[in-house]
Amino acid sequence: MSKDIKIRKGLDLKLKGEASNTIVTASKSSIYAIKPADFHAVVPKLILKEGAAVEAGEPLFYSKYDEKVKFVAPVSGTITEILRGAKRRILEVKITANGTSEAINHGKVDVSNATADQVKSMLLESGCWPFIIQRPYSVIANSEDTPKAIFVSAYATAPLAGDPEVILADKKEAFQAGITALSKLTSGKVHLCVGKGSSLKDISNTDVHTVKGPHPAGNVGVQIHKIDPINMGERVWTVGAEDVATIGNLFLTGEFHAERTVALVGTDAKEADRKYYRTIIGANVSSIIGEVDTNNTRIISGDVLTGDKLENNQFLNFYHNTLTLIPEGNEYALLGWLPFTRNNIPSNAGTSFSKLLGGKREVDTNLNGEDRALVVTGEMEEVMPMDIYPLQLIKACMAGNIERMENLGIYEVAPEDFALIDFTNTSKLEAQEVIRLGLDLMLTEVG
Amino acid sequence: MKWVRNKLDQARKPFEPGQKFEKFAPAINAFDTFLFTPNHTTKKGAHIRDVVDLKRTMITVVLALIPALLFGMWNTGAQYLYQDMGLANVTDVPFWDAFIEGAILVTPLIIVSYVVGLTIEFIFAIYRGHEVNEGYLVTGLLIPMIFPVDIPLWMLAISVAFAVLIGKEAFGGTGMNILNPALTARAFAFFAYPLYMSGNAIWVHQGSTDTVSGETILGALASGSYDGQVTGYAQNAVAFSGTTGAGQPSALAEASVFDAFMGFIPGSVAETSALMILLGALILIATKVGSWRIIVGGIVGGMIMGGIFNLFGTMGSNYINELVSSGTITMDQIQNDASAVAALGLQGWDATLLELGTNQLINFPFWQHLVVGSILFGIVFMATDPVSAAQTMKGKWIYGILAGFFGIMIRVFNPAYPEGIMLAILLMNVFAPTIDHYVIQANVNKRKKRLSKAKAQLQTA
Repeated sequence: MSKDIKIRKGLDLKLKGEASNTIVTASKSSIYAIKPADFHAVVPKLILKEGAAVEAGEPLFYSKYDEKVKFVAPVSGTITEILRGAKRRILEVKITANGTSEAINHGKVDVSNATADQVKSMLLESGCWPFIIQRPYSVIANSEDTPKAIFVSAYATAPLAGDPEVILADKKEAFQAGITALSKLTSGKVHLCVGKGSSLKDISNTDVHTVKGPHPAGNVGVQIHKIDPINMGERVWTVGAEDVATIGNLFLTGEFHAERTVALVGTDAKEADRKYYRTIIGANVSSIIGEVDTNNTRIISGDVLTGDKLENNQFLNFYHNTLTLIPEGNEYALLGWLPFTRNNIPSNAGTSFSKLLGGKREVDTNLNGEDRALVVTGEMEEVMPMDIYPLQLIKACMAGNIERMENLGIYEVAPEDFALIDFTNTSKLEAQEVIRLGLDLMLTEVG
Repeated sequence: MKWVRNKLDQARKPFEPGQKFEKFAPAINAFDTFLFTPNHTTKKGAHIRDVVDLKRTMITVVLALIPALLFGMWNTGAQYLYQDMGLANVTDVPFWDAFIEGAILVTPLIIVSYVVGLTIEFIFAIYRGHEVNEGYLVTGLLIPMIFPVDIPLWMLAISVAFAVLIGKEAFGGTGMNILNPALTARAFAFFAYPLYMSGNAIWVHQGSTDTVSGETILGALASGSYDGQVTGYAQNAVAFSGTTGAGQPSALAEASVFDAFMGFIPGSVAETSALMILLGALILIATKVGSWRIIVGGIVGGMIMGGIFNLFGTMGSNYINELVSSGTITMDQIQNDASAVAALGLQGWDATLLELGTNQLINFPFWQHLVVGSILFGIVFMATDPVSAAQTMKGKWIYGILAGFFGIMIRVFNPAYPEGIMLAILLMNVFAPTIDHYVIQANVNKRKKRLSKAKAQLQTA
């Protein structure tokens, strides 16, 4: 049954540099890396050492606090380097691929007849469990929990983000299997949110919702808030759209194919190169971006609002299906603060004509100002479609006031829900970081 | 541009970390970032940022203030020359003569306000090691705009210092203050130097009640010396036709609602023209820099209170009509003969009704309150200060309505201080966090209710 969700508040940033809807296979990367930092709040315990040979799907490390949650090699090859940072923190586990596609086979499972325990142990063993993210806190789900609902958003509204409709175009069977598998894990429903006219409307074993509205309508957090908001003590799980297909594929074939379809976007990527690439999780980004001078380019794994900054020779984030290349904006602007100037920069403010001028805009990474005290009020509410007081929640997080954070709805949000506030805020606040720190505090204090 | 940039980069060198003047970096940064939006890039998501920053926001408010300021300069000059030249109308004063005279009178106030205020801001920025916030750009202009033109410069300087030190920095600086700094300056001056801040003679440069009155319409209404009927301010037939001093028609007697709306009346430097203030309001609302909720709320709140007073005034008028028509007393006696009124021996409600019927401020038409005095200026430029106002959307409505409501209430009830809006806004500044608290609490309660409902469902399942 299809239900409509209409979002009014928010902001659609129309940016130049979108990907065309063609999918190609990326040139194979020789080195792949799994980065523990991609898995927030996970303390990795290494299983294999440098020099060890690995098969695709073989565990590399597990989570210290939940040993059942394993993180596996995306390809077969040799662990050539374990890069460590300060305090010997593991930054990257690099695998040099041997080019074969050997993978550990866990045996096919008929997902429609499988029990919850079977599904769970299959996901944990195969290394697919990290795809399941829990709210509150936006961390990998606890394998002991049974969530009240599972949410999948197959509707992308973030600027230039990879479109799940394109990514899933030939993965519908696997997607259906994945949804069926997930439906075993919850006491409630699996909710699937799609855009208008989606090809995923007839997926069964799920409640399909049609979402309409500006970004962040596609954010799973907003959808949860509208459909079945999280109360204190409740758990909700979310899984990315392509990850559902990967999970489904696991049950159909018995193997974990760490395939990832990545949209290369942004004005610094060559126009001919801007399309979707089939690659493997953890691939080196140079295998996708091709021959581009990236000297003064910001390479972002993810979209421009929530992604991670990468250097040239780095690796795709575990969860991201967008790779954005935009110019660094390290330039001065003479009297740049004058109202109604620099209308080429996208803006939600009334002191810029850019909204009135319409059209797609080119963006760079200039902060367009400096950090200032929180003075302007009301602008956060404009882009926050949840029934939450964003300014007050941010202040509660800054103050570390746990009770107030709880009261103001910290359990319902993730940093990505505050990305537009990052963008529009006059005081150049790092709202996502503040919320992340607030969530981390809750995680350690409340759990 | 490159040449300027290079020079600036050179000038900045001694202020770099580890260099001689490292501590004074905020000062040079303030100049640098005024000329150039810096080349700072984002560190992490969101990787792109909106073009708006605090400088742009504050400059927009300054832009919104410019029409009122320019008009204020002209009016200040015009009011003075009109009195000095003995012309028939304010508008008869040659335009440029009036403007130049006004500019000469007003500019020193602006300079003193900015020099004193910014000096303190810079010292605090250097002391605290943070960047100079742009808030004072607005405060520094607002303060001279709401003072009488003849305020001695040293009094202005002390008021500014008080506002910045006690009103703002004591609370932690920009964004932390609970009171509007510009109003804090005015309130300080009002209580510290009452002779220079209230009364009849101060509103026009070298104003004197001996020649042509320099008092404001509100002052005249409060003292009962303003003839409402003659000038088109009358609301109803029985409106008290008060004496005009020594039987002389006040200069104000010539002022019509149109004059008051245009701003051809005495008052603080830039608060007289409703038209120019509304133009500023339009800029603030169109650019989303000022909250339309507060502005609309303030106007509605003021009109509601004015309307309530008018209602009481009408009751009083009706009572006086009864007295007159029954032949108990004549209208003339009510107006001019205190002993005749006393001889009636009116007590209790009857005495109150007589007072209500004869009080000019109570009978002043509710909508005309908006064009005289500082209420519109206060609502548009003071109440909308986002730091000291309510921060939630619903809170802004309540805050605005109450500010207008109390503004008119103080204006009418306290003849010593007819510019009630300033005190009303300061009062609401204090209550803004309380308003927000209850608005937010409603949201918290909603969440708690949802939780208990979910728990109940779990138990029944």
